[in-house]
Amino acid sequence: MSQIILNRRRLLLGSAALGSSVALSGCNQFDFLGQRGNPVRQAMEQANVLTYHAQRALIGDQVLAREYSESEIRQGMKPNGSTEPTTAEYSFLRMQDFAPYRLTIKGMVEREVSFSLEELRNMPARTQITRHDCVEGWSCIAKWTGTPLGPVLDAAGVKPEARYCVYHCFDNIQRTLSGDIFYYESSDLVDAYHPQTLLAYGLNDQVLPVSNGAPVRLRIERALGYKQPKYLHTIELVDDLTPFGRGRGGYWPDNGYDWYGGI
Amino acid sequence: MTHNGEGLEQKSKGPLVYRQSIWTRLTHWTWAICLFFLLLSGLQIFNAHPALYIGQQSGFEFDNAVLRIGAVNTPEGPRGQTTVFGQTFDTTGVLGMSGSAEAPQYTGFPGAVTIPSFRDLATGRVVHFFFGWIFVAALFIWFLASVINGHLRRDIIPKGQDIAGLPADMADHARFRFQHRRRYSPLQKLSYFTVFFVLFPLIVLTGLTMSPGMNATAPWLLDLFGGRQTARTIHFAVMVLLVLFFIVHVIMVVLAGPLNELRSMITGWYRTSPGTAAEQGDRP
Repeated sequence: MSQIILNRRRLLLGSAALGSSVALSGCNQFDFLGQRGNPVRQAMEQANVLTYHAQRALIGDQVLAREYSESEIRQGMKPNGSTEPTTAEYSFLRMQDFAPYRLTIKGMVEREVSFSLEELRNMPARTQITRHDCVEGWSCIAKWTGTPLGPVLDAAGVKPEARYCVYHCFDNIQRTLSGDIFYYESSDLVDAYHPQTLLAYGLNDQVLPVSNGAPVRLRIERALGYKQPKYLHTIELVDDLTPFGRGRGGYWPDNGYDWYGGI
Repeated sequence: MTHNGEGLEQKSKGPLVYRQSIWTRLTHWTWAICLFFLLLSGLQIFNAHPALYIGQQSGFEFDNAVLRIGAVNTPEGPRGQTTVFGQTFDTTGVLGMSGSAEAPQYTGFPGAVTIPSFRDLATGRVVHFFFGWIFVAALFIWFLASVINGHLRRDIIPKGQDIAGLPADMADHARFRFQHRRRYSPLQKLSYFTVFFVLFPLIVLTGLTMSPGMNATAPWLLDLFGGRQTARTIHFAVMVLLVLFFIVHVIMVVLAGPLNELRSMITGWYRTSPGTAAEQGDRP
């Protein structure tokens, strides 16, 4: 009996020593979790996959994000990320007030289609006052006007094998020695067909400004800010996200952020 | 309290009682690990935007901030500053600016208390949500087990006699005179009850309130907490309370006899104070 107690005591002392050494040594021990592709990190990332499936199961596909009253618009929409794309293509369009702009829907569709800004503005419009939640932690309420994405996708005829929309953008978010990296994002078809998912061309009763994504940005209202790509030019329907960027479905997901983004 | 006629050994020791079930012990250590990682990854996430607000949104053109941590340039060079409810404090070395003079670090909380130690919001979020799921799963398992095995009713929910015994228990604690009884003391019950039924639910629900997806399906959470940014502020405040709880908890374990207290949370067996009446199932 005394032998057992002695062993237990050793066990207790040992575990106390271990615990305090972990607590005292600061946290650079866990810096390895920052390595993209580290197997422990990859295992932890599966929690985000669980969150995605849990939220898809729990939240109805058509359930709306909260819409606010006019009085909640207390400030301009804070611009973030790219605020002034510098590519020749975008500068050319901007100089002409986006008259030659066309939004293209391609990939796994019955017919590739493209629409001018004028054509998009003449489609049934929706206006919503919603809260934009940045992954950094801040929120900003603004009024968005645009045409719902769902009917535009239907105009192209989405093939049954398509599973995702990839949103290609004009902005060179990152310049590297091997060339520009352009912003892109993607969503499943639930988010693409959600009634509040807009091709937005208006902000707070004005034409969408360049700093907020002119001429067209996407609004996916049940997700974080990085899922709302600005400077949108092409929507590609695909069944696989791996061929794009570094294969994780978006510029920020390629940099280690969760793909789903509904948190 | 003196028991004449009893042997010396029985006087110096009460019986060894089986105090903590396997469910209590497993979930306790699971939470200890989870809260360690949740705290340090949470501070990493906070550092991405080291300000807290009241309301639905963050004021950029109006001021609804209740906490702001940052670095400012002064004639004497850069300084770390923290503003709480309009009061500004110089927090150089700890908040807003830390590290050495040669390599200053301009982050809200210093890298010594974040995971990773460098600025990496993406990784902080991966770690936070992973341990968030485990934390909630352990809470669910603990609650089910504690309802079934009676731990909740017997040890956690304070009763009339606990309230009545509170002043005496507070006086005992103030004099560092700890009774090792078979069951938790009134103060213990009250603090664990607060953690389980106030702090843990609050931190989970305010966390969920920050999710745009959850906002869509449960907009009542936004109303309950007064907006997403208020929920974020409450999430932070509850974190501070849980850190305070942790500090007091560890101090109490050390003062009350760390080996006995740790043993009860590892093996389940707890040495009671002399004079505790023995019951069936106890060990000498």
